[in-house]
Amino acid sequence: MQLTALEKKLVNQWQKGFPLARRPYAQIAESLQISEDEVFTTIKDLTDRGVLSRIGAVVRPNTAGASSLVAMQVPDKRLDEVAQIISEEPGVNHNYQRENKLNLWFVVTASDTRQLDQTLARIKDNTGCTPIKLPLKKAFHIDLGFSI
Amino acid sequence: MNMKPDIMVDERDVELLAAIEDGLPVCAYPYAEIGKLASMSEDEVISRLERMQDTGIIRRFGLVLQHHSLGYKANAMVVWNIPDDLVDEVALRIISHDFITLCYCRTRHAPVWPYNLYCMIHGCERRKVEQQIEMLKHNAGLAEFDSDTLFSVRRFKQRGARFSQTETQNPIVAT
Repeated sequence: MQLTALEKKLVNQWQKGFPLARRPYAQIAESLQISEDEVFTTIKDLTDRGVLSRIGAVVRPNTAGASSLVAMQVPDKRLDEVAQIISEEPGVNHNYQRENKLNLWFVVTASDTRQLDQTLARIKDNTGCTPIKLPLKKAFHIDLGFSI
Repeated sequence: MNMKPDIMVDERDVELLAAIEDGLPVCAYPYAEIGKLASMSEDEVISRLERMQDTGIIRRFGLVLQHHSLGYKANAMVVWNIPDDLVDEVALRIISHDFITLCYCRTRHAPVWPYNLYCMIHGCERRKVEQQIEMLKHNAGLAEFDSDTLFSVRRFKQRGARFSQTETQNPIVAT
């Protein structure tokens, strides 16, 4: 996906420190020397092309409730089916196939540890595969955005 | 960059994070719109977001990209088995490399999963990411520790963390 010079500027400058002011887009428009409407159009266009997921907060893990990375060994033949069951769980926010004997990796969030364990028990019942819970102990470095 | 469990969010913060989890609206007064969803004033939305950002609860606030659509397709999770008393020191050496996007310490699950330190590298080419991993092993003195590299094959789902209550109201399957 190729970005225009304007899109690159927008993306590189505003992955963090997005203006916390009443009219944030007007502030961005001023800094890029374009109109607020052009900012809206550019953002909508980046969203439509799948470049931009959202404008929002990347929050410290376990800020509210409980979460864990979970690994599972799924027979190759059943991977699509099992991955779908897991993706349909509302508390799951990442779900990836990775190159390993433990081939399915996902993140489960819940309001507390008990709910988290209930979700994992349900996943085990619904898939017949055993989830391995790998909870966070300490974060050293968290997603600070990409330089495009 | 340690977690600071002492800095907590209150219920209103969680309501605000839930109101904003699908993204800031693209309109002239987006914080006022979020305020309507979270039943708080525009000023309160802004001041709570500022406070959460200042205290590190919000790591960053801004554009969240779909990195794979920009060609970042070689996504490696590298895991290490590091003695517990060395984890902090080793992690600091790892994150001094600018190609590291995430670095975490997690609970081991022996014997199937002896690894406790994780880092992520998002790159455009697999070969380059493999070179970065070799460089990391060499520069950060990691060669002696057991490790594994797990490139991602397929992404089934990816989105931001959820704060709305709906996720906790899953129907519990009666057994």
